[in-house]
Amino acid sequence: MTVVDTADAATPAPDPVPPAGGGGAGSGGGGGKPMSSLRARKRKQALLAYLLILPAMVVFGVFSFYPFLRNFKLMLYETPPVPGLPAHYVGLHQIIPTITSTQFTQSLVTTLIFVVLVVPISLIAGLGLAVAAHRKLKGMAGYRVIFSSTVVSSVAVASVVFGTLLNPVVGLLPWLGINPTPPALESSTWALPAVALITIWQFLGLSFIIMLAGLQSVPDELLEAARIDGAGPWTRFWRMTVPLLSPTIFFAGVISTIYAFQAFGAIDILIGQPYVVRLHTNVLIYNIINTLQVDNNGGAAAIMATVLFLILVILTVLQMRFLERRVTYAR
Amino acid sequence: MAQVSFDGVTKRFSDTTAVDDLTLHIADGELLVLLGSSGCGKTTALRMVAGLEEVTSGTVSIGERVVNDIDPKDRDVAMVFQSYALYPHLTVAKNIEFPLRQRGVDKEERAAKVKRAADTLGLATLLDRKPGQLSGGQRQRVALARAIVREPLVFLMDEPLSNLDAALRVQTRADIVSLQSRLSTTTIYVTHDQVEAMTMGDRIAVMSEGKLQQVAAPEALYARPANSFVAHFLGSPGMNLLEGMLVESFAPAVEDAGQRGMLSVAFPGASVPLPTEVADTVRGAGPDVVLGLRPESLQLSDAGVIGATVVIVELLGAETHVICQSETGARVIVRQAASAAKPKIGEAVRIAVDPDPASYHLFDPGEGGARLGSAA
Repeated sequence: MTVVDTADAATPAPDPVPPAGGGGAGSGGGGGKPMSSLRARKRKQALLAYLLILPAMVVFGVFSFYPFLRNFKLMLYETPPVPGLPAHYVGLHQIIPTITSTQFTQSLVTTLIFVVLVVPISLIAGLGLAVAAHRKLKGMAGYRVIFSSTVVSSVAVASVVFGTLLNPVVGLLPWLGINPTPPALESSTWALPAVALITIWQFLGLSFIIMLAGLQSVPDELLEAARIDGAGPWTRFWRMTVPLLSPTIFFAGVISTIYAFQAFGAIDILIGQPYVVRLHTNVLIYNIINTLQVDNNGGAAAIMATVLFLILVILTVLQMRFLERRVTYAR
Repeated sequence: MAQVSFDGVTKRFSDTTAVDDLTLHIADGELLVLLGSSGCGKTTALRMVAGLEEVTSGTVSIGERVVNDIDPKDRDVAMVFQSYALYPHLTVAKNIEFPLRQRGVDKEERAAKVKRAADTLGLATLLDRKPGQLSGGQRQRVALARAIVREPLVFLMDEPLSNLDAALRVQTRADIVSLQSRLSTTTIYVTHDQVEAMTMGDRIAVMSEGKLQQVAAPEALYARPANSFVAHFLGSPGMNLLEGMLVESFAPAVEDAGQRGMLSVAFPGASVPLPTEVADTVRGAGPDVVLGLRPESLQLSDAGVIGATVVIVELLGAETHVICQSETGARVIVRQAASAAKPKIGEAVRIAVDPDPASYHLFDPGEGGARLGSAA
């Protein structure tokens, strides 16, 4: 290989090595022409670029890409119900039975209800708080910190706090004189809304931060112009703020949908494995983990994980496609 | 009638005073320019008329009505912002229509008015575009159309030309003046550009540090600045201001009691005699004074009274600015025609002052720099 490494590409030094007449295997670079040094330099730059992204690629590869691909392989194997026996190849045969099973369809319905409970409320509440905090008032920074603090609270802490608040003996509800029987977290009607409430609360901080950032990017002058043009606060909000904020609302919508589809922690801590099915809180992620760890059925779990993945991909693409048309991207 | 009045208006933001005891009356149909450097309070004054800032004390009136506590939408004013503040998600037509729609104007009338405003500003072919698809000049015209469509009592314009390039600015400047005179709507126009102020305003109100310095027609403001700030701020380049002492000297033959001597302003190393007309008005003042001389009142001449060294020669095509360091230490700018002989940098020159009494301006050297003398 003849690499003429010259700093000045405009006047490359002539290649000191004459071209190999016999077509040597190693002279693929084709030295001698002015192009070769440029090409060599580009190759060097590319090499450096790959070297720099290598650490990230290794981490992603080991923890994301490999498990992701391995999942597709798992789908093709059936694990026997008795532990210790080897899984055997069944091809695509277990896919239909898995996704038509009552357990899976019920879990899917539960998840959809959960998403419908979580997404709109966390978006509206996040926007409401952001509008409230987007004012030039003394001490507003403190409110902003408080409103966004749920982002950094751990799901375990949040669950314990809400579990205590909902506790039928020492909680907030009995203190307020509300004593549902059975208690909220043991009721097949109220258990799902209760965990949705915790998820909303947890997502609220992020929703608030995203909405506030969006609000701050809406120029004050636009709203002032609308004010002079005769628009009251309500009109300004609906005809100016919301359209101008629509890219942000759209983004928060996609994020919160993905977030809601993957809810797990609060359900595990507050409801727990033995009760999720009875209390209608067996969301997809929970069902997948139960199938894998309790039923020891890796194949079925892999199929459900793939379905969840496809649902999220389709939802995201749909949201992008249909919502984007209504979204106003300001210049 | 839609005159606009500020009566003792003060605006404070926590501990800074943005506008300090402003009293100013703008006549019906007048185009008044509020001129000043950034942070002088001119935009705050405008925003108080719009209702976007609350008045700390004093009253702002539009017509006969005090508007201090009236909501912006009920003041019947239209504002053109520096950034144009067009609604990016609405088409040009919808942008222009917006104020009409908010006021419940019916659909047919809206369409007719939008068309008329769009035709006036040459926007008829752009009505379906979004602001993002327009050039700076087109956006500016949409902002103007949105302002005129409602036929408001008052136009408020906050540096509407500052985002345009130089050629377009000159063109739009003329367009706004002709539009305003055609509609004869009272207009307050804020700018930091004194050329814009001089060419557009019926009157100019010069502000500095929240205080009104002077209000006058452009030519009066230029010819008789009320203080050294206005003198220096107006004109491009501004007036030369030289600190000196007022000295009275007597010719040996007439050194009698009661006789008046000749007045001149003396600097270290130079002395500028004042014409009698000027001298008579400032006798008794001083002795410390500031002598103001416009660059066009000066010329390079061997018979000149001020000695100086040439520092920079700026060629502007039609004219030349010769920037000199005078022997007195002050910087003096001489404006000469392009045809005049250009001195070399570093050359020693002498500067002569036009004998016309109107060339001489005398100011108090203290704070405020008030003009001395009444005539001249």
